[in-house]
Parts: sequence; structure tokens; C-alpha cells
Amino acid sequence: MSNVIGIGASPKRKEDQRFLTGRGNYVSDIKRPGMTAGVFVRSPHGHAVLRGIDKAAALASPGVIAVLAGEDTAADKLGSLPCGWGISDAKGVPMKEPPFPMLAQGKVRFVGDMVAFVIAETPEQANAGAELLKIDYEVLPSVVGVLEAVRPGAPQLFDDVPNNICCDWELGDKAAVETAFRKAAHVAKLSLVNNRLIGNPMEPRAAIAEYEPGTDRFTLWTTSQFPHVVRFLMGALVLNIPQHKLRVVAPDVGGGFGVKQFHYGEEAVITWAAKRVKRPVKWVASRSEGYVSDRHGRDHVTEAELALDENGKFLAFRVNTLANMGGYLSTFGPNIPTNLYGPLLGGVYTTPAIYCNVKVVFTNTVPVDAYRGAGRPEATFVLERIVDVAASEMGIDRVEIRRRNMIPKEAYPYQTPVLVQYDCGDPMGCLDGALVAADVKDFGVRKAASASKGKFRGLGYSTYVEACGLAPSRFAGRLGARGGLYESATVRVHPTGQVTVMIGTHNHGQGHETTFAQIVSDKLGVAFENVDIVFGDTDRVQFGMGTYGSRSLVVGGAALSKATDKVIAKGKKIASHLLEAAEVDIHFESGKFSVAGTDRMKTFEEIAGAAYVPHNYPLEVLEPGLEEQAYYDPVNFTYPGGCHIAEVEVDPETGTVTLVNYTAVDDVGTVINPMIVEGQLHGGIVQGVGQALFENAVYDEGSGQLLSGSLMDYCMPRADHLPMMKVATHSTLCTHTPMGVKGCGEVGTIGSPAAVINAVVDALSHLGVTHVDMPATPNRIWRLLQNASLPVAAE
Amino acid sequence: MQISFTLNGRPTTVDVEPASLVAELLREQLHLTGTHIGCDTSQCGACVVHLDGLPVKSCTLLAPALDGATLLTIEGLQGAPGSNLMHPMQEAFREHHGLQCGFCTPGMLMTAVALAAEKPDLTEADVRHGLEGNICRCTGYQNIVVSVLAGAAAMNAAKGD
Repeated sequence: MSNVIGIGASPKRKEDQRFLTGRGNYVSDIKRPGMTAGVFVRSPHGHAVLRGIDKAAALASPGVIAVLAGEDTAADKLGSLPCGWGISDAKGVPMKEPPFPMLAQGKVRFVGDMVAFVIAETPEQANAGAELLKIDYEVLPSVVGVLEAVRPGAPQLFDDVPNNICCDWELGDKAAVETAFRKAAHVAKLSLVNNRLIGNPMEPRAAIAEYEPGTDRFTLWTTSQFPHVVRFLMGALVLNIPQHKLRVVAPDVGGGFGVKQFHYGEEAVITWAAKRVKRPVKWVASRSEGYVSDRHGRDHVTEAELALDENGKFLAFRVNTLANMGGYLSTFGPNIPTNLYGPLLGGVYTTPAIYCNVKVVFTNTVPVDAYRGAGRPEATFVLERIVDVAASEMGIDRVEIRRRNMIPKEAYPYQTPVLVQYDCGDPMGCLDGALVAADVKDFGVRKAASASKGKFRGLGYSTYVEACGLAPSRFAGRLGARGGLYESATVRVHPTGQVTVMIGTHNHGQGHETTFAQIVSDKLGVAFENVDIVFGDTDRVQFGMGTYGSRSLVVGGAALSKATDKVIAKGKKIASHLLEAAEVDIHFESGKFSVAGTDRMKTFEEIAGAAYVPHNYPLEVLEPGLEEQAYYDPVNFTYPGGCHIAEVEVDPETGTVTLVNYTAVDDVGTVINPMIVEGQLHGGIVQGVGQALFENAVYDEGSGQLLSGSLMDYCMPRADHLPMMKVATHSTLCTHTPMGVKGCGEVGTIGSPAAVINAVVDALSHLGVTHVDMPATPNRIWRLLQNASLPVAAE
Repeated sequence: MQISFTLNGRPTTVDVEPASLVAELLREQLHLTGTHIGCDTSQCGACVVHLDGLPVKSCTLLAPALDGATLLTIEGLQGAPGSNLMHPMQEAFREHHGLQCGFCTPGMLMTAVALAAEKPDLTEADVRHGLEGNICRCTGYQNIVVSVLAGAAAMNAAKGD
């Protein structure tokens, strides 16, 4: 068929028409009859005892319908916001898991902690009512940094969490690492901070809830990356609403990046409130509100040591990290700096012994959870930075030291000392490709040209691997996951041969409506335009775990591939009957079922028609209809990786770092739609560049106030910060996913921060600079240059 | 108060609160939800519309300022007047994958059309500078810049016809 668009093509996206013409359907665009407006009243203090709330004046304010607070949730016996992971320390002692009430009870623990919810006829009236709420706080000292939080005498967030340590987690063979360090010819050491980030999807979070008394059913529209998981966590564990009485819809969602993959208290409060006020309730966050309530990312303080032999071979790697959890445990919180961090410390190298200790720490800050990359950028940054430090100290070229330690392509599958087994990869191939694409051989010429303008030019490498396609449930269960991480897809073939796919992943920019349609078009030989993808509605889609961890194509696509295979298998049975041939003799290719060695055939449309008009049909052995469903649980993670090379120019007069060139050669496995993959790489890289050069969430230590609380204080990457990037793929095919795919959503963000900072350090290395913490802002660089021992002139 | 203005080519008269903002008026009263609100500090540019042909951030413009003016929103952006065709800038964004989640897209398009109209021979540097007031978190801007350059070229070509 002429309109089949298969794997490897780049059709224009199906979803674009509505977005380009202003006809998207985001939560904030939705209106329901009789809808009311809700606003959350949030703690202005980082840490305080909540002594009481006087609702009287707010309730008397024009238009105010209800004012709800923690005492009301307690009276209704609502649950605590659940954490999806339960990690343990080395002795098997479970993490401390204090309750996370949706509306604060007794105490507030971060600026932005929700205290009350005011519902009124209009947003203006709700805001006016909220202003009149009298809340009595007894302000306590706040602690926001991890180093400060674990010191004796630090403010304690929870009475039963000594030293604010949620869990003292470890991974690896500590004794083997110590032995290796004793034998080392050289030990490189590095202390670093992985800066706290705020995800900032362009669409602020929003929710609408409605209760239908006639059916006793709730509907929640929410800006979520995983509506089925919200239905489960909120319905089963928080509000006690049976699953069949709760519909969760996540329509068009304006970017997620992890920020929208948690069950938030706002969702639970609004759903509960809708029944109480017997009218739909809508809440839309302002950007400022998002800054103090969207879960933050990263925020580590780390000491790392790399032991090497005299030839620069890595013998052992030891990492001690303090990871900030914020004021409570968010949905995936404790999993991120542990299970998604430690197992990545092997990188693409043959380091035989690795030990990692992570102290997971509560502070008076917004809860920290997954943000694009989630644990893996932090691990990559530590490893790729210390490799450069070691190379510099030992006088070995940075590319050469990487080559000496890289896992050769032939050595895969490769078992690391930190749990994970890489199925395939070719890090050397990616490195070689990137060296050419980045024109590294002429870097000296460019550096000299920069020097002639008084600028310092630097080149930085990051050769990395990540683990994604989250996740094999059995493996995740052993690590503390409290749920499964499979995916499901239903392929519904209509009597006329068109196809609707219901899938449990969620599309919020990744182009699933296009990529998944290509898979179906390719496999069934159905025209691309005759395939639609349905997602984001628990009433329409059977089940699903949603989109995060670069899992949609890897796990969801695999479920879709499996379901499509089942459709073909059933089609063969129908064809075997209609063509009066043995089933084993039926071949399916290019949308046609044919009898081997003959010209007898039936088209896919004919088979679909016969399935729904079963006049001449083997009803005794086959059911009518052509619709198949599959669940897929991966057998392993997938391991995309690659080589990124950043080139920067530093202006010593101002300290400004300009990213002048960026090259990425990534191994993402099979590429279904090259245009979309390239777009994911661009976006991912720039999020990592943002962390390296611009973004920083800053708290005031004593008060717990977020100082970078708006787009004017928190620097997001903008168009004029960036050069045209060169991205390419150098793929090895995943050995255990049906199509050989590995995932591409996070690679850019994981690989890029180290490449950029390595380039900045390289640019300043002649001044004795050995490390620069992120973000490398003009202020930070300028100060560094003022303190450098050498004159700053470029000559 | 009552105001009258031309909205996407049609005469429009509405009652507005004097303190209401154009973005709110469009979204809440006129049901034109293509204009998005992504921040509260006039930084993100998701709400850009054309007021008398010039790009403005509708989240910081009071509704009474529309009285007697001509307003173009993303819903009114089109190819030839009265046609169902997309504007060349919209086509360029589709062709070059200049959008992912779509939330910043209406503002990007309105800014891009104004940039191209203002300067016929846009360079990459012009586009990057001109998009400073529009934030995108998905694309890394690369394909947006490519799209704007292509869209501007197509607008020039159409003018030449």
C-alpha cells in the first residue's frame, strides 16, 4: 500500500495540526458546567509549627464556597501521599518514611507546603478569600542544604528521623574497593555539587475534578505523565475511591520532564473537594506556585575517588554522596539518588570494583524527585569529571585515558560490579564518530583564533552510558519498587481495516502519535493515516504505567509490537479458513495474507471485514472481532549511550561562558523516526546545558526561602544562548527489545553536563583550575579568574 | 466596561472588567484557548498575540487597551485570507519539527511571523535574538530557529508572487 510509513521514515507529526493552530486541549483549556475555582494556600515559611487556622473571615468573603485544611482531611480519614519505592540500608533496615499529608498537619516543612484550599465561584474570589485566612505559625529554623542537615544540632524535620537521614544506602563491594585503593599508583579525588534544578515544563500544572452523584463516579483531569498510576495511588491509597469509580484523564500535556510523573497532593485535594462542594473544581498553578511545589531535581554533594594503576587503568571507584530529598518523600524520591545513580557509576569503563554510599537527607525544601535523566546525569557527571581530573593529574590525554578503560564492543554483554549488565554497546565507535564530527583535530586552530580575541577556548568530552526503558519489574521489585513497570497496548482493528491503538504511555511532546502509528503501519501494512493512537484516559485505555525513564518506545512500543503480532496471528487463522489452506502456509506481508506458493490472497481489510461479518467464519474455533491486547515487561534495562563533545569560549573580562560548538554521537538502538529522535536529542542536550551553565535553584539557609522563585531569577536556556548542535546516531541494536530500540528521551540530558563543564575546565586549565561547579555562571567564573594564580590575559 | 475591536478579522464587542488582561479575556470569555499562559512575569512568551500588527505579550496587556484595535491570535493565523490553508510559518514549523509539546508553539509562531514581517532577510543570529522573549523547554530551539528561517523565506516568496 502506498501510504504505509514504516520504521526509519520521518513523516511529519500527526499531533502538529492541533498545536500549530491553537487547538490543543490542555487541562487549563477545559471548562465544565458549574465549575468553581480553587486556590491553594501555601506555607510562606520553610519550617514552622502550624498552630491553627481561622477560616471565619475567608468563609464570609464574597463567592467563597469552602475552605479546607489538614484537619478536614484527617476527619475524613484520608491517606498520606504514598511513596512508590521503599529502599533499605546495608543491613536491610527500611528507609524512614514519615507521612506526607496532602494538606499540612501539625507542621509545615517547606515554603510551598500546602496548608489550605479555598474554593470560590471565581479565581479572583478564591484568591481574595485566601488572603483572609488567618494562619498561626510558630516559625522554626530551617535547614536547606544536605551538609548542614546532617550536622549535630541541625533543625530536625521529623521527631523520629535522627539527623534528618531517611536512609544510609550503599551499593558495591566496599572491601574490594579498599583493597584496590591500597594498590593504586594514583588516586584522583574530586568534591562536587550537583546543582538543584527546577523542571519548568512550559505548561504549569493544573487539575479539574468532578463528581457525578448519579453514578458515584469521579473524573480528574490532570497534567500527568501517568494517569493510571495517579488513579491507583490516589484512588486506592489516598482517597479510598474504588478504581472503577475513578477516571483520570491527562489530555494534551505541555511538557513533563519528570515534573508531572508524580502523584501530587493537589490532585487528591481537588478530587476530594469536588465531592464535598458537589461541583467541579478547577485549579491552575501560576509559574511562581510551580517553583515552590513542582518537585525539584538533582541536589547532591559528592566526594569521589578514582584509583588507577600506573598506566591509567581504573582499578576502583568510590563515591560518597549526600542527596537532598526535600521535606517529604515524593512518589519516586528515594529511588532516584540510589537505584538510578549507583548502578550507573561503572559508565562505559571496565572498572572492576565500585562502592557507593548515599545518604538520603530530609531538608526544608520542595521534595526532590525525578527530573529528566534522574540519577543518571548525576552519576555521569561524577564519573566523567573525575576521569578528566585523573587524566590531567597523570598527564594522560583525556581521550586516551577513556580508550584505555572502555568496554570493547566485543566484550558485551558486560556485567558491571554495580548490578547492571549491559546487553550491547560500542562506546569506542561513538567516540571515534564524535571526534570526527566535532573536528577535534583542528581544535588547536580554533583555540588560537579565540586567544587572538582574548578568549579562552576549551573542549570537553563525555563518554557515557545510561540505563533506561524503566523497567524490568522483577529487578525493580528487588530494589524496592512497590509496583510493576510493564506497559500495555491494545490494537483495535475496525471492520474497515483502520486501526485505533490504546496505549498506557503518555504523549507530552515525544511524538508518540506519530512513532507508534509508524510501527503499526509498518507491521500491518496499513496506511499511516489510518492509525490513531489513544492515550491519557483511564476510561479509554486499559492500563499503563505512563511515560518517564525513556520507557515509552522501549516498553510501550514493545507491548504495541506484541499486540500487533497477535493481530497478525489471528488474521492468519481467519485467512487460513477463508483461503482453505493450512495456517502454517499463510504468509503475511505488506498488508496481504497469502497462501505460500499460490496467488491466492486476502487483503488486511478483507480479513478485518470478515472478522466482524462472520457469515462464513469458523466460529467453533475463532471468536469474531479483530482486537488484541498485550502487556510487556522488559527483561533488562536498555543502555543507550554515546559521546558528547562540547566546545566553549570563556571571556575572561566578564566570566561569560559561550557554548560555541556541540557534537553528540549517540547509540539509541533502532531509530523509528529520525526526525523525532533528533528533536529529543536537541532538547535533552539543552536541558543538560542549562544545568551546566545557567540553572540553579537557590534557597536561603536560615529562612528556607526559595531565592530563585521565578523565570526572572531562575535562568532558563534561551535561543540566543545556543549554537547549532550536531547530532548523529551510531547504533547497536538492543538484544532484548522486540525492535532493537533503546530509548532516546534522556540521553542528551545525561551526557551533556559533564561535556560542558569538562570544556570549561579545559579552557581554564592553564590557570590551574581543576574543577568548576555548575552552573558555570559569569559570576562564578569571574570570581574564579580573580582568584587564579596566573594573570588572566589570554596570551 | 464595553470595548469593541477587530478580532481575527471579525468585529467584536465585549464587556470586560477594567482590570482584566487580554490573555484572560481571550481564554475565559472568548474561548480562544490557543493563547497560552506559561508564567506570571512576562518571561515565557506563550501568550504572544499581534496588536495592530505588532507582537505583544497578552498576559501583561489590559483588556481595555483593545478598544478600537485590531487583534490577531493563533486561531486567526492562516495562509491566504479566507482559506483553510495554514500560514507559511505554521507549515515551516510542521516541516522542520519546530514543536514538541505544543505549549509554547502559538507564542513562538506569533513572534516568528512578526520577526519575519519586520526584517525580510533574517539571519540565524536575528532569529535567536528575536526569540529571546519566548521560552521553549522541549526543542533546544534548534528546529524552531530552522523553522523560522524557512517560514520567513516562504513568506518572502509568497510576497514575491
